[in-house]
Amino acid sequence: MLELKNISFNAGDKADIIKNVSLNIDENKFTVITGPNGGGKSTLARIIAGIIKPTDGKIYFCGNDITDMAITERARLGIGFAFQQPVRFKGLSVMDLLKIAAGKELNMDEACKYLSEVGLCAKDYINREINASLSGGELKRIEIATVIARDVKLAIFDEPEAGIDIWSFKNLINIFEKMRRERSDRTIIVISHQERILNIADDIIVIADGQVKKKGIRETIMPDIIGTPSAVGPCHKMV
Amino acid sequence: MQKIDEIQKRLFEEVADLHELPVGAYNLRANGELAGRKTTANIDIKTKTDKSGIDITIKPGTKKESLHIPVVLSESGITETVYNDFYIGDDCDVLIVAGCGIDNCGNQNSEHDGVHCFYIGKNSKIRYVEKHYGSGNGEGKRILNPVTEVYMEEGSSMEMEMVQIKGVDSTERKTIAKLDKNAKLIVRERLMTHGSQQALSIYKIELDGEGSSADVVSRSIARDNSYQKLDACIVGNAACSGHTECDSIIMDNGKILAVPSLQANNTDAMLVHEAAIGKIAGDQLTKLMTLGLSEQEAEEHIINGFLK
Repeated sequence: MLELKNISFNAGDKADIIKNVSLNIDENKFTVITGPNGGGKSTLARIIAGIIKPTDGKIYFCGNDITDMAITERARLGIGFAFQQPVRFKGLSVMDLLKIAAGKELNMDEACKYLSEVGLCAKDYINREINASLSGGELKRIEIATVIARDVKLAIFDEPEAGIDIWSFKNLINIFEKMRRERSDRTIIVISHQERILNIADDIIVIADGQVKKKGIRETIMPDIIGTPSAVGPCHKMV
Repeated sequence: MQKIDEIQKRLFEEVADLHELPVGAYNLRANGELAGRKTTANIDIKTKTDKSGIDITIKPGTKKESLHIPVVLSESGITETVYNDFYIGDDCDVLIVAGCGIDNCGNQNSEHDGVHCFYIGKNSKIRYVEKHYGSGNGEGKRILNPVTEVYMEEGSSMEMEMVQIKGVDSTERKTIAKLDKNAKLIVRERLMTHGSQQALSIYKIELDGEGSSADVVSRSIARDNSYQKLDACIVGNAACSGHTECDSIIMDNGKILAVPSLQANNTDAMLVHEAAIGKIAGDQLTKLMTLGLSEQEAEEHIINGFLK
């Protein structure tokens, strides 16, 4: 459902951050992209969402060439993206953002459903402004809720576990599993090097130095990367 | 008494949310003349005899009542200065809705300068809403220069909401307040300027009484070639607390000068100011676009939220 063909990216005169990457991501698969920090994982995710334009190569989504499509068009085709570092908005409330994400008016019950999935009580949060009064962990959960509210075909999560304070991995994993159950044609891509997320992957792609180093089903790839920076165990606080 | 026409009706709706005559006391002014008045047992309105304007007297203990005093100008070339004085007794709880709407389709300037003086009695609670709005495509300018003076007695509180979002070419707003013991003033200002509009907003708030407090928050957006100056000064003369915040977005060739200032004349005065000016952050637009909004829609949502 998603095909990257010879994708390269460089920011100005510097060396390529992504070097001639070709990938096929199948429908209804849970794919985790891992690899060492600075290897190009997040850049690749941003290229798929349209936030960064590749310097070379083509991207196909459900058979359509989306290489020249802007972020908005890709979003409307059904691509969702959860930022690694969510953005703050002075004046916009959690409810406002969820309504924008859902593309319709929401009642309290519907909004509550999205927020409770990410472990937040709607009563406490729905009217909160998305400003500096929210912690990084709260913002991150709201960010994930916006992707849930969108009902997308392809959901991309850029390091969703980073900064999720006391909330456990188990809940995050429940979210991914629920998203898959809800829609049989849904594909999920998660950027993460956390072993517990890798453990639920169908496919794993290892990206380092801007290139695909390994790609395959979890059972084949996991033994090779366990204990390396590509598969880090959970912090004791998160267990 | 003047009859209200359709344009004036629309202006009344814009500035005071009036779709019909309000409940409670009111004084409607259109093109410099009285267009409707109602007093109640507790709220009296009298026309001044020495100059243009009204005296409003609110009896002590008046609670859960409202007063609407909107002004509209729909003729080109009217220039007026109106003095409205509010004498509010002790222990009141009243909503006051003011505001001015100008529709100018002509070539002459239309100007309304409203000078409002509030004398707020002990322990009274006032909520004051003032909206400014301009429309019409004439070359004549729409000018509003409001002056608001507030004198607050012990334990009183006032919440002021000042809104000017559209269509006013030039405005110079002055707000002066003096607060006695334990009095509390909250100001929320929202301002947006377009085209070549100019807006100046000047505050001078003196915290004279022990335990008095002021919180002035201004959110503003300057678009196109417009210019804004926000000058918020809090003076602490006692053990008091004051906070000002000027938060602004500039777009296109908009220019904003923010001059927050504090003067502490007492060692127990706790005064804080914040000011921030910047364009809409690129990652805010990007985030909303990943949710399916176009860049323009994303911008509108950010602006509407900011000025909410």
